[in-house]
Amino acid sequence: MPPAINGTGALAQNQIMPSELNRLTIAEARDRLRRRAISSRELTRDCLDRIAAIDSKLGAFLTISEHAALEQADAADKRLATGDAPALCGIPIGVKDVFATRGIRTTCASRILENFVPPFDATVIERMRADGAVFVGKTNMDEFAMGSSTENSAYKPTRNPYDLDRVPGGSSGGSAAAVAADECVAALGTDTGGSIRLPAAFCGVVGMKPTYSRVSRYGVIAYASSLDQVGPFTKTVRDTAIVMNAIAGGDPRDSTCSTRAVPDYEGALSGEVKGLRIGVPKEYFVDGMQPEVERAVRAAIAGYERTGAVIVPISLPHTEYAVAAYYLVATAEASANLARYDGVRYGLRVEADDNITLYNRTRARGFGTEVKRRIMLGTFALSAGYYDAYYLKAQKVRTLIRRDFEKAFADCDIIATPTTPATAFKIGEKTADPLQMYLSDIFTISVNLAGLPGLAFPCGYDGHGLPIGLQLIGPAFGEEPILRAADAWERSFTPRHPAL
Amino acid sequence: MSAKIITREQVLHVAELARIELSEEEIERLGADLGEMLEYVEKLGQLDTSAVEPTFQVGDPGVLTRPDVVTNEPAPERMLANAPDREGAYFKVPKIIE
Amino acid sequence: MAAENYEAVIGLEVHTHLLTRSKLFCGCSAGFGAGPNDNVCPVCMGMPGVLPVLNERAVELAIRAGLAAHAEITPLSVFDRKSYFYPDLPKGYQVSQYDLPICRGGYIELPPAADGAQKRVRLVRIHLEEDAGKNIHEAGASLVDFNRSGVPLVEIVSEPDIRSADEAVAYLRELRTLLLYLEASDGKMEEGSFRCDVNVSVRPHGTEKFGVRTEIKNLNSFRYVEKAIAYETARQIDLIESGGTVAQETHLFDSEREETRPMRSKEFANDYRYFPEPDLPPIRVGADMVEAIRAAMPELPAARRARYAAEFGLTPYEVGVLTQDRETAEYFEVVAAAVENRKAAANWVMTEVLRVVRESGKSFAVAAPPPAETAALMRMVEGSKISLTAAKTAFAAMVKAGGGAAATVESLGLAQVSDEAEIAAACERVLGAESAKVAEYRAGRDKLFGFFVGQVMKAMGGKANPKIINDILRRQLAG
Repeated sequence: MPPAINGTGALAQNQIMPSELNRLTIAEARDRLRRRAISSRELTRDCLDRIAAIDSKLGAFLTISEHAALEQADAADKRLATGDAPALCGIPIGVKDVFATRGIRTTCASRILENFVPPFDATVIERMRADGAVFVGKTNMDEFAMGSSTENSAYKPTRNPYDLDRVPGGSSGGSAAAVAADECVAALGTDTGGSIRLPAAFCGVVGMKPTYSRVSRYGVIAYASSLDQVGPFTKTVRDTAIVMNAIAGGDPRDSTCSTRAVPDYEGALSGEVKGLRIGVPKEYFVDGMQPEVERAVRAAIAGYERTGAVIVPISLPHTEYAVAAYYLVATAEASANLARYDGVRYGLRVEADDNITLYNRTRARGFGTEVKRRIMLGTFALSAGYYDAYYLKAQKVRTLIRRDFEKAFADCDIIATPTTPATAFKIGEKTADPLQMYLSDIFTISVNLAGLPGLAFPCGYDGHGLPIGLQLIGPAFGEEPILRAADAWERSFTPRHPAL
Repeated sequence: MSAKIITREQVLHVAELARIELSEEEIERLGADLGEMLEYVEKLGQLDTSAVEPTFQVGDPGVLTRPDVVTNEPAPERMLANAPDREGAYFKVPKIIE
Repeated sequence: MAAENYEAVIGLEVHTHLLTRSKLFCGCSAGFGAGPNDNVCPVCMGMPGVLPVLNERAVELAIRAGLAAHAEITPLSVFDRKSYFYPDLPKGYQVSQYDLPICRGGYIELPPAADGAQKRVRLVRIHLEEDAGKNIHEAGASLVDFNRSGVPLVEIVSEPDIRSADEAVAYLRELRTLLLYLEASDGKMEEGSFRCDVNVSVRPHGTEKFGVRTEIKNLNSFRYVEKAIAYETARQIDLIESGGTVAQETHLFDSEREETRPMRSKEFANDYRYFPEPDLPPIRVGADMVEAIRAAMPELPAARRARYAAEFGLTPYEVGVLTQDRETAEYFEVVAAAVENRKAAANWVMTEVLRVVRESGKSFAVAAPPPAETAALMRMVEGSKISLTAAKTAFAAMVKAGGGAAATVESLGLAQVSDEAEIAAACERVLGAESAKVAEYRAGRDKLFGFFVGQVMKAMGGKANPKIINDILRRQLAG
């Protein structure tokens, strides 16, 4: 057993026997389900009961699929009884409402899709369904994945399970909160500028954004096509590896999804970090950071060093330009991706006498302010006379940011940084100034621009008991070393459950 | 709004390109927001990118083409199920003007 | 300055549907004539979350077109999004190609003119793009059908090398024939699968500077192209001559009044906000792939034409008729390969065969006898087994009832008699019965020879070999 990384000697989480089934991890549940010590129906029922008990306060779910979930659970139980069931069989999963789910309302937390029912499943949903996963419902998010706090949902905010007056982060806030509050055992999210990692950090769970092209985007309602990536929220790193094994891999319906072989992520969790070179970029420790965040992150890095990792100071000199580049590239792509919401074939329609008024009024009524803001910025960045100075320029800066990482990875195996400059802020605190909200993403955004894998997991708590997330960044298709390092940490870290 | 970065006319033009009708309040507010963002992104001008190629795509490409085979069966009812307005098997929209 | 002092400067943009089974980016059928919204799926309908995947055959056909037009095949070409709002455009953008099209340059050689002059019309580019759906206008509303949305198109853009309406039509015909030969398009203008936009400007003869051009959109017949060019050229010359200036406008062609009118839309160009399509990797075409496509290409019209002229000694007119499309040419070649007299075969195909095909409106396979049977019939004529007239009778019967050449000739009793003895006997009988006329002929009335031939032919039921009748009669009449 590797030595405790954080030095407290406390028992690691997976040695504690949960009193409620909804507290189980995937690995634990998988074990008990396969031994038939518990049934999927019992587990699913427990999660649904938990949702019923707390979600009116938490607001993590937009749609709850109780009936369908129990049917899926029963089917899973039959399969488990045969002794031949994949890892996710019978496991209750929450799904960010950005994924098309056949026959189930999919809104993207927008009014413009309030009653849209897709006739198809996203590829990752199809894969998990084929594995026997149980989908308990669709989780809340920032509208069209645009936001860092889930306050941009057209329906309701989601609250942070550690403090209901605070945000869970965004845009995948519902999925993060649901996992943190044990409403489901794991959840799916998407990450375009930090939308998995930031809420994972705020909610004290594990959240991973894989390498761009590692997971299929077919059926994922697009925000920014060259940045969006699907990833899991889980309670442990091992669970993330399990979900990654199930969802990663090529897809003939997505030409941007890599056909590279999927390694056994779970098998890579050796617990060993000796000799691992961990790069620490100076640009990620900035003035204005919450001191407790900096302390916890530095302590975690020191902990790695004590167990044999080698800490390498590195520089990612173009970090300060990442937010600017992102908000031109992402909004430009989004302005085109959201042009299809025109009231013609699906979604909201506002009555009008001609087609142009139809578009103008439907989109005015159906889109929230942040979405309008980003569509307009993106349209401007692509418009005649501005394309070179804005969109094209931003994509060139993106090359510089990519090169920063390529150079750094010549000297280190993985990179460790804080996930966010501060812990979860209060609801309403940053909504007055969009730019302030955008700057929450400063540590996560470069990773999307470069297309690299990033993993956030809890490494401590601040004075208010709010979770602090450490981010590990890998080279392209380097999910294994960051999973391994995070798993090694976790073996000696005791996470705190929210009081909720 | 920061008139040196973006004028009211430009805001209206962008809204027209994007087909979003803005209220007077939104024109003011979004105009100001747009101005603030454009001012912020000016910092990109500090970087010399004259010899840099843009990155339009990252990661690996995937399956690049499909064979020329018809794989979809007609299912007009399913495709029309979410239609806000229809006539028979057609989507119906108000009068089209250029 | 009179009109003759100006020259028209014309460029053409042709959009044609590629003959693929499925659409450009999804597995829906690309076929014509289905019920509304039958050939539609989440991808070509632009539902949230869908992604395009490129049809490999569309790429192949586009490259074929480029090779046939002597264009450069771009080793790396890119798709771009072209954004605008229209009800038949489901995603609010069209996936097209802007900076890096799949083919660049190239030319189309027009068939030689009467004086033998050969003109080349240079191409700017050929690119791939998806088509939009269709709007049907009702009172106060429109109905939208997405069957055509996502069907693959190539856009072929010419340089402004064309100088007259005739040249424009010649170019379009040649392009269409080429695409038919390549099986890249079915060229059916009436079904909308071959559409043309024309750019017209004028300038004084001998000057280099281009005048301001008008774009005339969506002409779907060669006749309209001709009329539109004629009208627009005249309009521009009149305008300039009366001191006005031509405005850069987009026009539509009014086929009833046969004139062009400016479109009602705004004067400023649409800002399409092109940017590279992030959902599609670039198309990489290596030399190997190009060679494989070149090797699989059918023989091109120009090469075929040259071959017919050289190998079969046919006139330019005959070559033109026989190579107008692949079916005719292929039919002819099978027949020509199986007979000695290729000229006769050419003639037969151009007259008898093409007539029945045209009259029936159906394909060669349905309307005409198999080429091997036609060839068999021709060989019988060559071998004097039947007369040409009998062959026509037999052919008509074969068209109507099917049946092979030999069987038909037999059942209709059309075999020509070449038995000299039999013919000699008939000649003797005829001459014997017409002794008075024989005496007149021998006295110098040569015209009576035809009468005797006719009589012998009648006596033999029209089936005697006329040449043998001639020879024997001459001998017998000579005394």
